[in-house]
Amino acid sequence: MEFLTDPIKVIYDWLMSVLSGWGWADWVSALVINLLAIVVFILIVMVLDIILVWVERKVVARFQDRLGPNRVGPFGLFQPFPDIIKLILKEDITPEGADRVPFNLAPILSLASVLFLWAVVPLSSRIYGVDLNVALLYLVAAGSIGTLSIILAGWSSNNKYALMGAYRMVSNMISYEIPMVIALLIPTVIVGSMSLKAITEAQFTNGGVWFVLISPLGALIFLIAAIAELGRSPFDLHEGESEIVSGYHIEYSGMKFGLFYAGELLHAFTFGGFIAVLFFGGWHGPWAEQYPLLGVFYFVIKAMIGYWVIMWVKYTVPRIRIDHMLAFNWKFLTPLAFVLLMVTALTHRILLDAPTWLYVAGMFLSNVVLVWLTVELMRAQARRKRQSLPVIAAVEH
Amino acid sequence: MENPWVYLGLFLIVGLIIPIAAIVMAAILGPKKPNPIKLSTYECGMETVGDNWVQFKSQYYVFALAFLIFDVETVFLFPWALSLNAMPLFVTVEGIIFILILLAGLSYIWQKGMLDWV
Amino acid sequence: MTAEQIIFFLTAALILVSALMVVTTRNLVHAALWLIATLFGGAVLFATLDAAFLAVVQVVVYIGAIAIMFIFVVMLTRRDLLAKASQTNAGWPWAALVAIGTLAGLVFLSGQMPNAGAQKAALVGDPLVALSTALVSPDAYVLAFEVASIMLLAALVGAVYIANRK
Repeated sequence: MEFLTDPIKVIYDWLMSVLSGWGWADWVSALVINLLAIVVFILIVMVLDIILVWVERKVVARFQDRLGPNRVGPFGLFQPFPDIIKLILKEDITPEGADRVPFNLAPILSLASVLFLWAVVPLSSRIYGVDLNVALLYLVAAGSIGTLSIILAGWSSNNKYALMGAYRMVSNMISYEIPMVIALLIPTVIVGSMSLKAITEAQFTNGGVWFVLISPLGALIFLIAAIAELGRSPFDLHEGESEIVSGYHIEYSGMKFGLFYAGELLHAFTFGGFIAVLFFGGWHGPWAEQYPLLGVFYFVIKAMIGYWVIMWVKYTVPRIRIDHMLAFNWKFLTPLAFVLLMVTALTHRILLDAPTWLYVAGMFLSNVVLVWLTVELMRAQARRKRQSLPVIAAVEH
Repeated sequence: MENPWVYLGLFLIVGLIIPIAAIVMAAILGPKKPNPIKLSTYECGMETVGDNWVQFKSQYYVFALAFLIFDVETVFLFPWALSLNAMPLFVTVEGIIFILILLAGLSYIWQKGMLDWV
Repeated sequence: MTAEQIIFFLTAALILVSALMVVTTRNLVHAALWLIATLFGGAVLFATLDAAFLAVVQVVVYIGAIAIMFIFVVMLTRRDLLAKASQTNAGWPWAALVAIGTLAGLVFLSGQMPNAGAQKAALVGDPLVALSTALVSPDAYVLAFEVASIMLLAALVGAVYIANRK
């Protein structure tokens, strides 16, 4: 029974007793148990990644009105395994003139930067990696290592298409990092802490509500910026097959390409997880405090829904041109995010001691007013542009 | 563990080792038959003509510069955001002044055309 | 040798070796990559000193923005990325002598300082909370906070000037 309420502690105590029984010192057994936990956790995340390959292929098939893989195993569930085996058995080609060390390091850093993100995500009330008090900035830091891996890949491939794709992709990622960090500041302002555990718990303790009700515009800005950070459609210039032939992926084949691809899918799911943690209550659900495993289940469901929304956008909207993309970021999303941050901070501070319903209503209303003002501004601008166009006289028949 | 950074350091090391293991496994298990065509640079099936150096658009550097300045600004905003609950109202106004000064900067570079992709 | 000392020595070795490789390697982009290793070592040192915020800020700003800008600049200005000239000039023995003399002087002086060999002091309260209240409270550093925004504004104006000259 105690296992259900606190599984990690039970396993930890049992392993500690086993290892101390072998005569090892306390700190050695603690280190070994933690190492084992990390390896098991990362392997579980990698298995999740493999399942995500299947999910992605089935969902894209359904959006495109076809069936997707359905031969290998029931509903094609075992499809990713032959894919992985094929990728492992491919030849390891490093093109001539390519710089060996960065060329091999780039896919490793790309997948590693996504794995690092899982260390701070709270999966449940008692199951989490580390309760880092600067977890939100740590997310941004791990993302910047991913950016670095892309510029390494593009440069070391000794291929002008790879380099051009890498430049565009890195410009895309760094530009959209600003609205993303500002959208991350909004839960920080509301909770007063950067720790993901504190942010999750603030959404249901002491009469808290999910932050998507307090700041829906913040959630939307984070979603848009996250899709751009992932490099997925509609912001997927680096995969413009008809333009620059797969961008910085060109010279990669076999398992290295597999690591890039798997890293991208896992990154998308991780961002679904972040949207769940930051705005939708994380692992919160009925009876989730008493039974941590139920909390993990709720978290995975919410992350899957977030991932599904990201996939939905990807397979519905066409690709955006790079100048439109950068103009959208610097001339619309960044000012909007800054104004939202100012409005949120002011409203939050003024309504700090108000009862919960007043606080939620006030913040929600401020968001709605901001959205309405933005839409009016855009409409006025469009009207001005329409009126400045030359009028074409109607042709009389 | 008492010190979260030790756990994080272990996580970083294991997180690096597992992709390295995947690549090493692929390198060992895959065939090794290099030939000049396989090793040559890919250019849509044609032979590469000219130098492998493309004129780098200077606009990329301008965006990196704008990103750097706004990144430093958001890093300054994190401690401010942490202190809001405990400090009086004018601390919020201080942060708003900070953001307004930088919004003025953003509008300046917008008007000067630095954000246009020529 | 406590674990903290082992980590410190390993990190210091990483920083010194990377810094040496930054200045001696011939390929400019490799130099930028070794710089990233050095900066990461700096972040690890910050973490060992319980400055968690500064450690992640080091990675976010230095590695995620400044190092990437270095790499962009290197690719923008250089056609061939190898330094063709010789790595040392004729006066290098004198430079080495001055450097070793300065290092010896610094080691001697820091040994004379009253707190040499002191243990790390225990922190009072949460460092992150202390940092955040200090940065915005009127009898601490709020003026520096606002002046920093003016400095960033000046940097933006300078960036416009540079960009328009291109």
